[in-house]
Amino acid sequence: MQLDILTPEKKIYSGKVYGIQLPGTEGSFEVLDQHAAMIASLGKGKMKILTDKNNTTSYEINSGFIEVLNNKATVLIEGAIAL
Amino acid sequence: MYFCARKNDNFPTMSGQLKEVRLRIKSVSSTQQITKAMKMVSAAKLRKAQDAVTQMRPYAQKLQEMLSNIVSNSSSDSELKLAIERPIEKVLLIAITSDRGLCGAYNANVVKLARQRVKEAYASQHAKGQVSILPIGKKAYENFTRLGFPVVDRFWDMFSNLSFENVRAAANYAQEEFIKGTYDKIEIVYSQFKNAATQEFICEPYLPIPKVSNANTAAKSDFIFEPSEEVLVTELMPKILNTQVFKAVLDAHASEHGARMTAMDKASENANELLRGLKISYNRARQAAITTELTEIVSGAAALQGA
Repeated sequence: MQLDILTPEKKIYSGKVYGIQLPGTEGSFEVLDQHAAMIASLGKGKMKILTDKNNTTSYEINSGFIEVLNNKATVLIEGAIAL
Repeated sequence: MYFCARKNDNFPTMSGQLKEVRLRIKSVSSTQQITKAMKMVSAAKLRKAQDAVTQMRPYAQKLQEMLSNIVSNSSSDSELKLAIERPIEKVLLIAITSDRGLCGAYNANVVKLARQRVKEAYASQHAKGQVSILPIGKKAYENFTRLGFPVVDRFWDMFSNLSFENVRAAANYAQEEFIKGTYDKIEIVYSQFKNAATQEFICEPYLPIPKVSNANTAAKSDFIFEPSEEVLVTELMPKILNTQVFKAVLDAHASEHGARMTAMDKASENANELLRGLKISYNRARQAAITTELTEIVSGAAALQGA
């Protein structure tokens, strides 16, 4: 799955990943390969990128959106602090 | 005898003139050094500012795309608080300038455009003191305070630490006050960055937002919306508006450095011309001094011989 994480200031992440865990406004969820098309809003919490099954990178985020379309996930956030 | 004459200040002598010209040359060339350095600094900062503009473009595009994806996939026409059009009584202009001067007519042009806009479109509101300014940048703050506009002075210090966070605070303020009804119309006056030598000064409507049209060509695919479309749109809208202000600020920042670069380049060029003229008059004065001295010596010798 292709993942892009964008903020107004720069592109934080771009590349192939195994999956991503996100703090949705209605509860946490995970997006894996071949996920259905979706647009969801994100709340305050921890965003975890699963680069593969063993390696992860985490960010603290405040709010944002995710769009999944044709196996391409785009996360839009207004700022992220690397953990 | 000659020495006495030279020491007399009221009598401009050759060497006095020489010294004066030499001092002018020195001062002009040191000014030129400053303008040259400022040009270099601006050129470097311009590159950075331009990078920032290009960095934020994908974010802004994707945000817009997401909105059209939602709108084209949803059936209902939701009424947005930020899109309500009211009779215009109170107006807020967000004016973006730089913190520092020495950048040609850049700041003056922004102020001029803002005043012109007020005069043309909001003269009656202004007469009642209902046109407020939200300045961003020290020059805007100083100018509009001096002109006697009601000024929102919490956000002008933006460029000392330019970050999305700061810009968002100002954008949020504008949105909140619009919803509360403090302002009925908000516009942004700033300079759009074209290239290093040209800026376009524009006045952009900000709030209320123009209605989002349903006739969009975005791909229809079965999106899962979480939570609902309406909530997503109402959440997405402020982000788009924040990004709009951020883009304006970044554009203004790049324009400032572009304007300063051109202004300083011109100043350096002018200094060069001035220096050339001064060098010619310096050499002339020097030559004249030598000639006079020679004449004096020769005529002195001749007088001695004659005696």
